[in-house]
This record gives sequence, structure tokens and C-alpha cells, in this order.
Amino acid sequence: MPVAKLLEKWSSSVNEVVIGATSSEGGTRSKVVKLGGQNTLPFLTEEGTIPNPPAIAMEVVDMVNPEWPAALTEPFKDVINSPAKWAKKCQDEYKADAICLRLTGAHPENKNTSVDDVVRTVKEVKAAVSIPLIIWGCGSAEKDNQLFPAISQALKGERCLLGTATQDNYKVLAATCLADGHNIIAESPLDINICKQLNILLLDMEMPANRIVIFPSTGPLGYGFEYSYSIMERTRLAALGGDKTMAYPMIAVVSNESWKTKEAKAPESEMPMWGKAVERAIMWEATTAIGFLLGGSDMLVMYHPKAIELTRKYLAQMTTK
Amino acid sequence: MLVIGERINGMFKAVRKAIQEKDKKAIQDIAKKEVECGARMLDVNVGPAAADDVAAMQWLVEAIQEVTDTPLSIDSAKPPVIEAGLKACKKKALINSTTGEQAKLETLVGLAKKYNAGLLGLCMDEKGIPDNIGARLEIGLRILACAMEAGISTDDIHLDPVVLPVKFGQAQTPMMFQTIRELKSLADPAPKTVVGLSNVSQGCLDRPMVNRITVVMAIANGLDEAIVDPMDKDLMDSMITAELLLNKFIYCDSYLTAYMKAL
Repeated sequence: MPVAKLLEKWSSSVNEVVIGATSSEGGTRSKVVKLGGQNTLPFLTEEGTIPNPPAIAMEVVDMVNPEWPAALTEPFKDVINSPAKWAKKCQDEYKADAICLRLTGAHPENKNTSVDDVVRTVKEVKAAVSIPLIIWGCGSAEKDNQLFPAISQALKGERCLLGTATQDNYKVLAATCLADGHNIIAESPLDINICKQLNILLLDMEMPANRIVIFPSTGPLGYGFEYSYSIMERTRLAALGGDKTMAYPMIAVVSNESWKTKEAKAPESEMPMWGKAVERAIMWEATTAIGFLLGGSDMLVMYHPKAIELTRKYLAQMTTK
Repeated sequence: MLVIGERINGMFKAVRKAIQEKDKKAIQDIAKKEVECGARMLDVNVGPAAADDVAAMQWLVEAIQEVTDTPLSIDSAKPPVIEAGLKACKKKALINSTTGEQAKLETLVGLAKKYNAGLLGLCMDEKGIPDNIGARLEIGLRILACAMEAGISTDDIHLDPVVLPVKFGQAQTPMMFQTIRELKSLADPAPKTVVGLSNVSQGCLDRPMVNRITVVMAIANGLDEAIVDPMDKDLMDSMITAELLLNKFIYCDSYLTAYMKAL
């Protein structure tokens, strides 16, 4: 006797957010990246439609972490001191969907790069690539509030994704994104209640619902991955069940989180039983990325081209009928 | 929780006056206000306001639909008045209401089928309101069976356990709560449960207090929908909080605002 498939039908869908603007929309990008729009859980195309597959942005930093292992610096060694060249390599050689420029160097405890210097770097990256841009602040609330109004103006018309807004520091960034037509990243510290609260605060500032991307914080494999995963899953279930205050695409930062782990950094001399260091580190990033895809991430931020290749292979397998 | 606004009813003086004077704007203002306060369906009842209640119902429905596309609950004891309302409705409507009385039930099930409308059934019949849970459930089942026979899905049936004033029949309220619980198990998919809330506080000194505690207890017993005054903010906040406590949505500090935004 044939057994009928039990298919779930959801009442709502995730908002679609568009990153990047082409010349016809007042920008200079050669393409846009669309996130969200689905009315079903990841890969379950029999239960609904997924108009936009997850995108992969490659992360470029303005200051390399001295603790990075050789496995990570190797592919970028010719461009690692120039964010613009690095970004171009990600676009041309590794076919990144978008560039995520992280302004680590601007942090007061790092190089404390001036606003003018940061804006210059941002403009160079913008000129070097034609794919959409994500600009990720340095993490110091005070410094980011100085940086973002200037960065936002320099990128006006490009419909970038700027982040991050937090529950305690969202007003400057939200006002800036509103003024210059950018999208915003709403960051919460692995806490679904704060995630929802921040969305409400942004909506109260008249941030349009199709310009918010949720960053629920990411724990890499072995270091809190399950927390991120379950929060993403609950967020998505709430969205599909009709909670419009949770119906936003989600971004997962795999890059710096997975390369911070001991499993990615420890040399073979220290951990000979763990196998080849470079393979292990790449697998750690790819496995974390795939986990987040299953959790509902609409965009992954990643570093290593080999890890991205593995993730894309998985995506292709999961989306081929 | 589906909030059905009760304010467009000819029993209220302002509405009666608006119907008599054909003051569209007065009705539209109430409709807009109800939606703004969280109603996602509006009950429409001509009441004793007009000599020609068929024409008045049509006028009300058309006036309301000019300012909102919120679905309507067409409320009358007379099938021709209900049909006039259904004919004018652009969205799927709710018929309010039938009882278990066979002739009435068959007529209204016929209208529900013809106009693809939901049907609200009161757990009472020509003999009155039963004084025990078993007999109320029996009527509920009768309404369900009649609707199912006509090919109406059970989740388009909204069963009302019948709310009586606590002041005049205190033993009725616990029975009402238990009936709500048991109505849900009558069919799969389960019928919706609904109450016309305000009747519970007839004659009470502090009506809002009685209303909001009753609705919270009913929600705890599985109530899906309530015909209430959405402009009673304490009532709305109590209902939202009751749903929060039942883990129906995700908490955040501004959950009251969030609930309204998520509607």
C-alpha cells in the first residue's frame, strides 16, 4: 500500500532582502544578491518554495590576525595586505557572491585606524569589485558610531548590508542605513528574546521589514554550534508560523569563528593524531557552514576557498532534484 | 488568537444613530479603530436600528469594506439579513450564528456552502441552553455533522459553548470552560472555539475586570477566537499575555507591541 507523504504547509514566508544595486537602481554593482523569500524550511522544496539559494560572502579584513595558521593565509598571501586586491581575488578567482569587509583594524585596541583611512579602504574595495558589499564594524560601539555615518555616505546608492546593530547600540546605524538606503544587520548574543526585541526596536525606527538581516551570533562546531543552530531553527519556525517580527533572512559568520578554534589552529606537531592540519582546518570551516545551512542560514560569511568549494558542492547536491 | 471586534452593533447608540442617518464615516471610523486595536475580523450587527434590516446590513458591509479588507462576521438572527451581508462581502465571511435547531441549522449550512463562509454555531437549540456539558457537546456535534454532510470542512466551523452572565448563573461559567476543552476533541481537524465574551459580565459592577479574567481562563482552556471590544486595552493585553504564558509565541521585552506588529 502506498504511504502518503506527510507534508507541512506553512502560513507565512521570510522577507526578501536585496543586497547591492545595479546601475539601473542607482548603484554600480554588476549584480545583486537576494536573501530569503522562502516559505519552507531549508531544502524542503516539496513543502514550499525557496526562490533564493543561500549565498556565500567571502570575508576580507583590514588587519590580519597574527594567530592565523598558514593554512588560512596561504591562498591570500599575495593580497593579504590590500583589502581591495584581496576582495578582487575573492570575486575573480573564487566567485564570491558578495564581499564582507571586516574593519578589525579600526578597533581602538588594534590599529585604531582613523575614519578617513577606513573610508579610503572602503572606497578602494568598492572600486575593485562589482559584487555586493557587506561592511562589518570593528566591534567597538563608540568607534563604529563614528565610522558608519561616513562609510554609509561613501557607499550611498550601493544598497549594502551594514552591521552590526545591537540592542544597546542600534540608533546611529539604523538612522544611517535609513538615510542612505542600506540594509542592516541586527545582532543578538545567542538569545532569541533579544533577537526579537531588537527587531521591534528597528521597526519602531521605521526600518522597512525588507531591509533587516538577523545575525543571531554564531558558535562554531564544538564551541556552541548547537546554541546557534537551535536559535536559528526557532527563529525560522516562528517566521514560517506567522510571526512577522522574526521573518527576516539570517546571516552566519563562519569565517573568523571556525578559524579561532583549536581544531583549526593547532599545528600537526602538537596534534599528530588529528591528521593534516590544513585539511582539518578546512573541514572545520566547511562542516560548520553546512550545519548553519541546515539551521536556516540564508547567507554564510566564509574565508577559505577550499571550504567554500566543499560547501558549494553540498549545496548543489541538496538542491538538485 | 483571533479577535473579532464587537463594536459595529446597532445595540450601541452611536452605531444605531449612524445607521439611521446613513453616516458612513461614523461606521468607518469604528471599523478602522477596531482594526488598529488588533481586531482581525469585525462583527457586523444591524440590531434594532433599522426598519429595513436587509438593506441596512448591505449598507454596513459596503461602508466597512471601503476602508478595510478585514474579514467580516455577519451577525443576525434572520437568514435573509445574513444573506444580504454575505452577498456584499468581498472576503470569506463568518455567519454569526446558527443554533442546533434543525430548520435554522439547515438554512444556515446552506448559506455557508453557497457563499463559502465559516459558520458559528451556538451550543443551544429550540429547547434553550442546556444545563449540562453533555447536552451542549451533543448540539455541537449535531452542528458539525450537518456541516460535514454538506461538505464544509470542520475547521470552518466555529463552536460557541454559550456564555451566560455570571451574576445570574454562576454554575454556568465552569461548565463553559469545560465545554471549550471538550469541543476541540469532537472532530479532526478540530472545530474552532469562540465566545461572545461580554455577556459574562452583564449587570456586574466592574465589567472590564470580569471580561478579561474570563477570557484569560477561556484561553487557558483552549479558546481560539473571541468576540470582544478590542478598544479595551487591558483586555487585549491580558489576552496577549495569556497566549505568551501558553508559549504560543516568542517572548521579548516589548512583547505587547511585538504581538500587534506581528498580526
